[in-house]
Amino acid sequence: MTASLDPALTAKLRILADAAKYDASCASSGAPKRAAGKGGLGSTTGAGICHSYTPDGRCVSLLKILLTNYCLFDCAYCINRRSSNVPRARFSVREVVDLTLAFYKRNYIEGLFLSSGIIRSPDYTMEQMMLVAKSLRQDHGFAGYIHLKAIPEANPWLIEQAGLWADRLSINLELPNETSLARLAPEKQAPAISAAMGQMQQRIVEAKAERRRFSPSGQSTQIIVGADATDDAAVLAKSAALYGDFKLRRIYYSAYSPHQAVSAALPAKPPPLQRENRLYQADWLLRYYGFTATEIAAGGEGGMLDLEIDPKLAWALKNRGQFPVDVNQAPREMLLRVPGLGARAVEKIIAARRFSRLRLADVARLSSGLKRMLPFLITEDHRPAQTDRLDLRQRLAVQPSLF
Amino acid sequence: MQTRIALAPGADLPGFRAAVRGLVARGVKPREVLWETGASLFGAAPPQDGPAFSLPRAAAELIGLVICHRDPARHALLYEMIWRLRHGEPHLLEMRHDKLTHRLEMLAKAVRRDLHKMHAFVRFRRVEDAQGERFLAWFEPDHHILEATSGFFVNRFRSLVWSILTPEGTLHWDGTRLEIGPPGQRGDVPERDEVESGWLDYYQSIFNPARLNTAMMQKEMPRKYWRNLPEARLIPELVAQAPARVEEMIARAAAMSAKRDPQKAVAAMAAQTPTTLAALNRIITASPPFLAGSTRAVLGEGVMQPAIAFIGEQPGDEEDAQGRCFVGPAGQLLDAMLARAGIDRAECYITNAVKHFKFEQRGKNRLHQSPTTGEIKHYRWWLLKELELVRPRLVVALGASAALAVGGQPVCVTQARGPAQLGDWPAFVTTHPSYLLRLPDEQARRAAEAAFLQDLRAVRRLAQTHA
Ligand code: SF4
Repeated sequence: MTASLDPALTAKLRILADAAKYDASCASSGAPKRAAGKGGLGSTTGAGICHSYTPDGRCVSLLKILLTNYCLFDCAYCINRRSSNVPRARFSVREVVDLTLAFYKRNYIEGLFLSSGIIRSPDYTMEQMMLVAKSLRQDHGFAGYIHLKAIPEANPWLIEQAGLWADRLSINLELPNETSLARLAPEKQAPAISAAMGQMQQRIVEAKAERRRFSPSGQSTQIIVGADATDDAAVLAKSAALYGDFKLRRIYYSAYSPHQAVSAALPAKPPPLQRENRLYQADWLLRYYGFTATEIAAGGEGGMLDLEIDPKLAWALKNRGQFPVDVNQAPREMLLRVPGLGARAVEKIIAARRFSRLRLADVARLSSGLKRMLPFLITEDHRPAQTDRLDLRQRLAVQPSLF
Repeated sequence: MQTRIALAPGADLPGFRAAVRGLVARGVKPREVLWETGASLFGAAPPQDGPAFSLPRAAAELIGLVICHRDPARHALLYEMIWRLRHGEPHLLEMRHDKLTHRLEMLAKAVRRDLHKMHAFVRFRRVEDAQGERFLAWFEPDHHILEATSGFFVNRFRSLVWSILTPEGTLHWDGTRLEIGPPGQRGDVPERDEVESGWLDYYQSIFNPARLNTAMMQKEMPRKYWRNLPEARLIPELVAQAPARVEEMIARAAAMSAKRDPQKAVAAMAAQTPTTLAALNRIITASPPFLAGSTRAVLGEGVMQPAIAFIGEQPGDEEDAQGRCFVGPAGQLLDAMLARAGIDRAECYITNAVKHFKFEQRGKNRLHQSPTTGEIKHYRWWLLKELELVRPRLVVALGASAALAVGGQPVCVTQARGPAQLGDWPAFVTTHPSYLLRLPDEQARRAAEAAFLQDLRAVRRLAQTHA
């Protein structure tokens, strides 16, 4: 038994974890439930587990590393681009496999999230990543979570092979439109990215129908915001299209940070982190609350979401004519639009109101956002007088800021 | 009159169940019961069993969770719930606004969170000695969840030998059997682990100092857990150093790479797409079969820029053995028909949609199995590249699989039979020769053969017009 890990290996680990930290799409959720068979190691629970939190408040769920941060591409927004001045390192397939297993056995992680800079060629790199996943599954009976970042420029055959072993394959869109991509990531090709996403979507559907395994927890992607001039309305329209066309499970928004790259092509100032947060909230409204991208954008000004108040409240304030709604009668679609009322609370309300007429105290037990919904909601014992007050926005905007 | 019920400390589900059955059988009202737990319960009645009765599923789940809560009122609350469910309020649990339901839900939520945090925050340390390899952990849950959590750890670490020690008891898994033992002590778990320093390295490297947000961290990972999390001891330092690290990141990002721009490598990378058939065939040969079991990839054959390219479905047993396409019975039939139609095979190109043999082993025989849509599409990228490089004037799809592979859309052969446009290719759709071999009825086979021959003659004429 060695006293500690090989120092050369930990030096690489530091470099390659540091290089991976800007990718936010690191959840372990969505995998089908799976338990280790006899002699096997690992399970997935469906919901995903955060094994730790770093002081930036982010969840540590997977061993999130790059296979290498050497890269032949020169994407302006990325710290690993070939013209960037960072220390470089490269793991062997075996080293990643061993580290994953060692961390997993100590319950530090749910599994592996592997991405890579592009060395030699997209094919070569994709193959190395595929081999990591294959070795974990085949040589070690590993049943934990594996997420591979596919390289859209690679031979589709290799991407398909990777899909056999991974729980999730994903491709980062990075920039919300083709012009920005061409300007900031000269080696990347927007058509290749959407072709690869389309191909994966098809395979996922076919594999389900044929009861085969192919990236069973679906696709996700990451969009960097603030690196180009795309406004929130356009980002959300893009997201809605991605959810529609490719049935993506999730889109991650990552606020561009000039700490990663100083390139004349990029703005010197980062976008406010609150913008990222508002986009996540808006994304939620798209997926679970029946809002369209246009409606959400209309809640803001000039194509940008309101940074001071959440997008649902912003929409409600601009559509006061539709409120207040009666908690005891309103249809589900309308309850979902009440500020402060979450989708789960709406389900509880609908179940509960079959048996009694709900009062304010009842609603307080069903949801924690009572204060915010007061001006918009009618209950058995409450009828808001203030829905058209001009200062409603100011009164409701006072909320603890997220950061 | 009060009925005193004594239960074992912790999550005594069997005791509680027995007690409730007894109480229900005797019709004892909730306010008449005094629930007690602990070792020295002098004078209290041990649970008295009664007949089983049924409860809604949601109630059973709620009981399983709430019984683990450390709130001493849990038994009374649960019994009140059971009573009300059985006395005119069968929908009690759907009434989430009800005070009792709400309170029970809050207790269940706390237990669920505790379970989840235990799954997340247990940290094993590895020991290896004369008894072999073991993984040990010390953890302090808030509630009585030790047993409830065991399934998770067994499912996950089935092949390891491990123990989780807590102040209330110990879980021990020897690789086949779970044992629940007496309370453990922090000191029973080793101080060190050979991989832990690597984990700490990882933890600090994955942290982004430019986005410091300790409130969010503490919401999800409250301080009470920190003493059992090895990485938590880094937190104060990481927070203190964050501003300096951000400065450093900015300075580093501003500097351009000192290395020479790898122009050559970039150019070499751009040239990776195969530009010759030989290069494509090398990739195909080197790739593992998507369908397990086949011996080798069977490549296309024939002349470049031919008048006609024939696309079959996939290699069969004979083709797999010889490594050449259309050499089995279907291939021989095709040859004969081509000769009769006046098409010279030596002037054509011939290949398959799927490059590997797929079969089901039946005794000694390897029975051909048709590829699925997903499999055909999986191989499609190769076929399209191949056609792009071979550049035939006319593509003949032999059967539905070939037509799907060329055009990307499912095609019904009986309907689409004849000239067609498949994707970018001027094409002709007809049956696969093996279809003729499978027809048992002599008359039907003759008719099909004649039709196939007629198709091939049409193909020949069409190829001439494309010339
Ligand atoms: S391909 Fe672009 S985004 Fe990916 S590592 Fe290389 S430079 Fe960064």
